[in-house]
Amino acid sequence: MIDITLTPATFDVETVRADFPILSRKVRGRPLVYLDSANTTQKPEAVIRASDRFYRETNANIHRSTYRLSEEATTAYEGAREKVRRFLNAASTREVVFTRGTTEAINLLASSFGQAYVKAGDEVLITGMEHHSNIVPWQLLCERAGARLRVLPIDDRGELVLEELDALLTDRTRILGVVHVSNALGTVNPVKEIVARAHAKGVPVLVDAAQSLPHLGVDVADLGCDFLAFSGHKVYGPTGIGVLWGKEEWLEKLPPYQGGGDMIASVSFEKTTYAELPARLEAGTGNLAGGVALGTALDYVNAIGLARIAAHERALLAHATARLSEVPGLRIVGTAREKAGVVSFVLDDVHPHDVGTILDQEGICIRTGHHCAQPVMARYDLPATARASFGLYNTLEEVDALVDGLRKVREVFGA
Amino acid sequence: MTALTDLYQEVILDHNRSPRNFRAIEGATHSGLGHNPLCGDQLTLYVKVEDGTIREIGFQGKGCAISKASASLMTEAVKGKTLAEAEELFGRFHDLLTGPSDVPAEAKGFGKLAVFSGVREFPVRVKCATLAWHTLHSALAGGSPASTE
Ligand SMILES: Cc1ncc(COP(=O)(O)O)c(C=O)c1O
Repeated sequence: MIDITLTPATFDVETVRADFPILSRKVRGRPLVYLDSANTTQKPEAVIRASDRFYRETNANIHRSTYRLSEEATTAYEGAREKVRRFLNAASTREVVFTRGTTEAINLLASSFGQAYVKAGDEVLITGMEHHSNIVPWQLLCERAGARLRVLPIDDRGELVLEELDALLTDRTRILGVVHVSNALGTVNPVKEIVARAHAKGVPVLVDAAQSLPHLGVDVADLGCDFLAFSGHKVYGPTGIGVLWGKEEWLEKLPPYQGGGDMIASVSFEKTTYAELPARLEAGTGNLAGGVALGTALDYVNAIGLARIAAHERALLAHATARLSEVPGLRIVGTAREKAGVVSFVLDDVHPHDVGTILDQEGICIRTGHHCAQPVMARYDLPATARASFGLYNTLEEVDALVDGLRKVREVFGA
Repeated sequence: MTALTDLYQEVILDHNRSPRNFRAIEGATHSGLGHNPLCGDQLTLYVKVEDGTIREIGFQGKGCAISKASASLMTEAVKGKTLAEAEELFGRFHDLLTGPSDVPAEAKGFGKLAVFSGVREFPVRVKCATLAWHTLHSALAGGSPASTE
């Protein structure tokens, strides 16, 4: 399957593309140009097959039965947990909690951590660059607890104003949530430094790695963070599966999020005792096939190599930044010094929604709108932007197709 | 490019570039806020109703070409109409965008609004074209802000 021509620095994109069945389909009679991987990535054959194979050959509920099939299903699912552990460089699989995705992971944390640690008058610190999923759960918590949500601002380039960080980390700050790579601006945040500064004030840190893990990789030991969340579907895996990773000493202290099967040691009407980690935080039957296929997706990424993927996407970003700058009237939103493969832009007076419709006629998929980051849009006084984002399967020619498409947009609008 | 040129007809591009009645109306009897969360479109509508008739109407806001042109053309279309006539036109306009395409739009007496018949081929854009109308509807009903969600 993954029989790619690998050199130390590069891989053969065409060979990789052949692994992704959807990339050979046409849209409106034209080749699909998929530039929306920050939204969700396409899936390689290996991932599609892993999910399919689970249902054909291994399907049974896990941890619950004595028969062979259930044991195989358990082994497959727990094997995937081990793959996640290795991918994150985490200390133990007890630290890897399967969720539906980043959103559920953050809700779990806000709910459980909040219940235990956030009281009236306390503060939760996030940044001005967060996805709604790293804003709203904390807002709900703060409303419930009578706590205050504080926000580290961003500057005109789309970088965090780190000079203000220390002042915002007060003796009431209970937790800091920060996005590693911004889905709206592409900014790569200096998470390691932020963690160090938060820890200096005794504040634990959650990293939203939804956009960083698939494209740069993450090493939780190196970052030093306390919690980290990501989604399977953004790393070439299935939807409906993701992970909350947390340091064991923290997860141990969290009260259960949901109650139900699998998360208990024993139940009576008088008293329930809870299971060990990570089961204690995973009530009910999880997305078993999804978990297994996520493991396969991580294998796939590893086989190509994160360093090569990152280099490839850097080349795409550089090409896109240069070529888009040639389009008259186009302005890139988010010009941080460190960026990942995301380019947000606006075109003269042409609304991003119109840009999206016209590009779609050319078979080009980009995201238009607020990118679930309305505060970011408000920061730049924009209702919306158009956004191209890259995955390991994108080519420089696809970037060129985008640029040609944008010229058509200008033609239609008589610009 | 035919579907596209049907969508972005010259009349639409013109009303996008220079929207008519793009202002607040002093002494408006009704006003409404419209919001399309999908694309971030936002518009405020001002209506002055006298004796059950729309005497003056204007709008302000940000939006895509389709929603802006639609708001602009709507203000022209409903000015001077009774509330019942405006509602009736909204109903037929909605059908024009979502219904079967067998009767030519001109034949139904849409006048300039017929330029929106091309939107039918772009289901995700129907909300853009109807935002102003939903806003008018809720402004006249004095209800809560219109949202296309
Ligand atoms: C930075 C970031 N955080 C969180 C999320 C939410 O991910 P999910 O919808 O998979 O839960 C996204 C997805 O768009 C994202 O880009």
